[in-house]
Amino acid sequence: MKITGLLMMPAGWIIVLSALVLLRAFLALNLFIAAGLGVEILGLVLLTRSHLTAKRGNE
Amino acid sequence: MSPQSPPALSEVSQAFCILFILLLPLALAGLALINTGLSRLRSAAHSMMATLCVVGVAAVAYFVTGFAWQGYPGLASHTLSILGKEWGWLGAGHFFLRGVPLDGSRASLAALLQLLSVGLAALIPLGAAAERWRLRACCLSTALLAGITYPLFAHWVWGGGWLANLGSNYGLGLGFLDAGGSSTIQAVGGLTALCMVWLLGPRRGKYNLEGMPAALPGHNTVYVLFGCVLALVGWMGLNAAGSILFAGAPLGRTVLVAVNTLLSAAGAVLATAAITRYRFGKPDASLSANGWVCGLAASSAGCAYVPPAAALLIGLVAGVLVTYTVAWMEAHLGLDDPAGAISVHALGGIWGILAVGLLPRTAAVAALAHAANPRVVPSGQMLAQVVGVATLLGFVLPFTYSLNWILNRFIPQRIPPQEERQGADLYELGAGAYPEFMTHTDEFSQW
Repeated sequence: MKITGLLMMPAGWIIVLSALVLLRAFLALNLFIAAGLGVEILGLVLLTRSHLTAKRGNE
Repeated sequence: MSPQSPPALSEVSQAFCILFILLLPLALAGLALINTGLSRLRSAAHSMMATLCVVGVAAVAYFVTGFAWQGYPGLASHTLSILGKEWGWLGAGHFFLRGVPLDGSRASLAALLQLLSVGLAALIPLGAAAERWRLRACCLSTALLAGITYPLFAHWVWGGGWLANLGSNYGLGLGFLDAGGSSTIQAVGGLTALCMVWLLGPRRGKYNLEGMPAALPGHNTVYVLFGCVLALVGWMGLNAAGSILFAGAPLGRTVLVAVNTLLSAAGAVLATAAITRYRFGKPDASLSANGWVCGLAASSAGCAYVPPAAALLIGLVAGVLVTYTVAWMEAHLGLDDPAGAISVHALGGIWGILAVGLLPRTAAVAALAHAANPRVVPSGQMLAQVVGVATLLGFVLPFTYSLNWILNRFIPQRIPPQEERQGADLYELGAGAYPEFMTHTDEFSQW
């Protein structure tokens, strides 16, 4: 879960960068940047959950 | 490639800029007092000693590699050409500040400012990881932050890099805007704090077997509140100097910058005091201090761009944000952050960045954006700010986490649990901060 979360965050960033380079239409640009940010937040949630699980395991 | 140089500063502007930069150590002192006051008695000397070491290491690391990799508009940088657009990704200067004439030029003033502000960024994780972070490890971690992560991101924002050029390359407003460092200093420091809290885990006794957090109050509220006052003065200097050097603001606009900085801090502390008064029956001093600093952190990005009413709103929202997130992170995310640094600096910084795109900007800035980009994307400024936040979450956070995870594999960063009980002062320094004081029994009652 930790590795997946860590990898999803740069993956979301690459979606954002790709949208910047490839898209010109206003709506598509907004949507893809929002999607990239969504992937990053999902990665952040996974990383957070992995640490919560580890903490509970230690207890 | 060498981006276009900004116009030279007049001698009067140079003099005031130096004066503003020399106020910045007060922000360092303020943050050091806040971190120390919010940690327990048994680790107070360790906290102040770590502050000195971290500021020193940060300055040296930034001197060695930092400024060379951060660069400044007009200095050499490495660029990628992607579909005909230039993406500056790394400064191409010489190490040890070679080739930078320290003569009052814009680049030399930026170097001076950054030597101090990188220390400010490095102090942020120190508050979050207080009482359990080894001195040697926090120095090494700071070297990574000040020598690699900070200059890399700061080049993109302040060194003429790709985030700064989102406006000219892709029509996104004026490009990513951050005059005083809500992203480069606050959010980078705050996200590093999050990584350290994850890697180090909570202090002993913070959570019981059911996972419920216990209150481990700081040992000196007066330090904390006095630190807030010092931080205000330092932040005014930081925001004013940053606005001149990185936002191209004329000297006269520093009045707006100072007003905005104060109003943002004021709005945040009033919001925090009011909410804690409503929730707990009395205003909470520690959370109010967090609110004050969160208001300062959030003020930095837009201090040269937004009108005073917007700055007040930025502060009010920052105050609400910090009040609820500090407790929520502690109770639900298991984040033991004694100084509230993650909420204050990471979330406060990110809110400040987004506020620049969300709130109305002054007429001068709006006219400049329109003149600079004939093919402006509607809501382009907001998009540019969102791309900046995406870069913080998608690059800075995993990169910092990975660097510190690797460091932790070779040099354990946490004080051993059995030694943590006696406190970082005795374990690392061999003596306490207040040797003439008797240790209160309640210091050990939880063990």
